[in-house]
Amino acid sequence: MDKLKPSGGGLSNVASPFEWDELVHEDRVHRSLYTDPDIFAAEMTYIFGGTWTFLAHDSQIPQNDNYVTTSLGLRPIIVVRDSDGVVRAMFNRCTHRGATVCRAVAGSAKLFQCAYHGWTYRNSGELSGVPWPDGYASNLKESKYNLAQVPRVESYRGFIFGTLNREAVSLADHLGPMAGIIDQWLDRHPGGRVQLCEANRLKYKGNWKLAYDNSADGYHVKFSHRSLLEMENRLVVGEEKGMSFYKESPDQAPMYVKYLGNGNHFKDKRPNVAQHPGALWEIEGRHPGMEYFEGRLRERLGDKAAHALDLSASEPVNINVFPNLLILGNHIQVLQPRAVDETDTTWYGTAVVDEEDELDGAVDDVNTLRMRTLESFPNFGEVDDAVNFEEIQRGLMAEEDPWIYMHRGLDVPGRVRTDESGIITAPATDEVFMRETFKHWKRLMASPPKLEIRREK
Amino acid sequence: MSTAPSPKQTSHYVTDAFYDDLVRDFSDWQEDDRTVGDVNLREACRAFLEREARLLDNHQYSDWLALFVDECLYWVPATPHGGDPRREVAVCLDDRRRMEDRVYRLNTGAAWSQIPASRTVRMVSNVEPFQSGADGVLMVRSHFMINEFRAGEGRSLAGWCGHRLRQLDDGFEILVKQVNLLECDQNLRNPSIII
Repeated sequence: MDKLKPSGGGLSNVASPFEWDELVHEDRVHRSLYTDPDIFAAEMTYIFGGTWTFLAHDSQIPQNDNYVTTSLGLRPIIVVRDSDGVVRAMFNRCTHRGATVCRAVAGSAKLFQCAYHGWTYRNSGELSGVPWPDGYASNLKESKYNLAQVPRVESYRGFIFGTLNREAVSLADHLGPMAGIIDQWLDRHPGGRVQLCEANRLKYKGNWKLAYDNSADGYHVKFSHRSLLEMENRLVVGEEKGMSFYKESPDQAPMYVKYLGNGNHFKDKRPNVAQHPGALWEIEGRHPGMEYFEGRLRERLGDKAAHALDLSASEPVNINVFPNLLILGNHIQVLQPRAVDETDTTWYGTAVVDEEDELDGAVDDVNTLRMRTLESFPNFGEVDDAVNFEEIQRGLMAEEDPWIYMHRGLDVPGRVRTDESGIITAPATDEVFMRETFKHWKRLMASPPKLEIRREK
Repeated sequence: MSTAPSPKQTSHYVTDAFYDDLVRDFSDWQEDDRTVGDVNLREACRAFLEREARLLDNHQYSDWLALFVDECLYWVPATPHGGDPRREVAVCLDDRRRMEDRVYRLNTGAAWSQIPASRTVRMVSNVEPFQSGADGVLMVRSHFMINEFRAGEGRSLAGWCGHRLRQLDDGFEILVKQVNLLECDQNLRNPSIII
C-alpha cells in the first residue's frame, strides 16, 4: 500500500492519503484500520471532529458556570454552560503557549486562569486579562487571543454533541431515526429524563472500534459472556435470568438489530421480554438489597410497584450513536480513544429524577436498586469483552493475515431486510451493522472534512 | 422466589438501615484519639490481614469468603471518599450473594478476563486499628500494594483498606471490607481480580 502521512492538522484540507478501497471491503476490513497509528491520527481528525461526537450530558452542567472537561478525539475540551446560559465546547488550551487552562474534571467557574503565566479567560472564552499587559504592543482584545471553540455544538434531549465541520449535516439529520429510539429510552423515565451519576470506568489496550463493533453484536454474547450467563443462573430454578435468550437460537428469537444510517445502530432485545409491567424486573439478575427494596416498593406502591421495579431493571437495548455514544441498559457509555491501541470506556450510571412525584415518593428506593443493577454488567460482563478486545489487538499483530471478517448474514437469502426509508433489519447475530458502519466510516475517511474553530469576537 | 433468610441466596439484609450504618461507620473514623495502643491487638490485626492477602494471592476463595460474617459487604468505591452507595455506583459493591457470584464466575472456566489467571503478591502495611465505638468491633486501616502479573504484563495496584472487624475469642471476622484504590475514579484496565 502506497500511503502518505496525513497532514495531522485539523484545519488543512488535504486529499485522502489512504487507498480505502484496498482496506475496506463489503465482507472484510484490513487490520491496519485497528493497528496503524497514521490511520488512527486521521480518524481523530476526520471522524472525531469531522462528524458529530458526543461531548457531555446536560445533567453534568445543570447550572450556569458549571463545566465538565472531556476530549473531542485527542483535543482537550471544556464543556461549559457560561454565565449567560450558553453551552459551549472550548479547547482547553491557553492561546498564549498552549497549556490547559482547566485541570479539574468538573466544577463551577466564571473564569479559567492558566497556571503558567496567568492569562485569564471568561467562561465564554474571551481573554479577560493578562499579567502586565503594557508589555504587549499588540491588541490583546483581538479575537485570536480568545479560547478556540468548537463551532457547532447542538444537543438532543440532554445529549450534547459537537463537530468542527461546518459542512456536517445538522445533529437532527445525523441522528435521523435514532432520535425516536433515544426518545423511547428516555420516555420510560419520569419526566422523560435521567441524571448522569458516577461511572464504572474501564480501559483496554485496543483500538476504539473494537468496542463500537461490539456494541450491537449479538453473536458474541453466548461465548464472551458465558461466565456471566452461568453465574446469573446459578441459583435460578425455572425461568432463566438476564441475557439467557442468547443461549439457544438467538437468530430465531424476536430480538433484532437495525442499522439506521450514519454509522448508528440499534439492537433491540425488548421483544424477547414479556410485555406486562414488572416483566423486566422478573428477568433481572440478583443484586444486593433486591428482596428488601422490592418488598418495600410493593408495600408502598401496590400495583404500581411493577412499573417502579422495571425502572430499576436494565432496559434491554443497545442504542449506538457513531462514533462514541453507546446507550445500553441504564448506562450511558462513552468511548474515548487514547491511542491506536488504547481506549477508555466510561459507563456512566443514570439515576431517575422524579420532580412530579410520579413514583409516589419511591424514587430513592428505585435509584438504590438501580445503582446495584448498573454495577453488574461492567463487573461480570464487560471485563471479559475488554480482554477479548485486547486479544484481538494482539492477534492483529499477525501482519501477513490481515483480514477481519464481518460477513455473517451477507448474501444469505431472506435474512437482511431493507425498508423503503433505508433502515436495515437483521437477526440479532448478524454483522450487517458492522458492514454498514464501515461503509460510513470509509465515506468519512475518504473525503477529509474542512474543519474550523471559532472564537468570540 | 425463595424467602429463606440465607444471605447466600437472598438479600434481605442490605436495607436502608444497613446503608445508613455503612455510610456512618465509614465516615470520620480515623481519629487519633481512637487508635488502639495494645501492641498484641495491633499484631493480631496485622496477622489477620496478612492471612487474607495470602488467601487471595493463592486463589483460596472459599477460605477467603469464610473470613466474612454472613451479612457482610465487599466495597470498592468509585470515588475517593466512598460517598453514599445508594446514590452512586461503585467499582464493586457486593453483599454475600454477589461475593459468592464473583467467586463462582471466576471458577466457571469461562471468565476470560482471568484466563490466564493473574498472579499476585500483596504487600500489607501501616496496619492501624481504631476503636469503632461499638463493643468488640474495630475499624482497621491498612495500606496495600498488589503486584499483578497477567498475560505477559506486570502492573501494580495501590491503595488502602478499611476493614470493619468483629473481635472473636480466637481472631476476627470481617463485617465490611472497603478497598480504596488510588485510581478508583480513573479508567481501570481489567479490574477482575478480587482486591
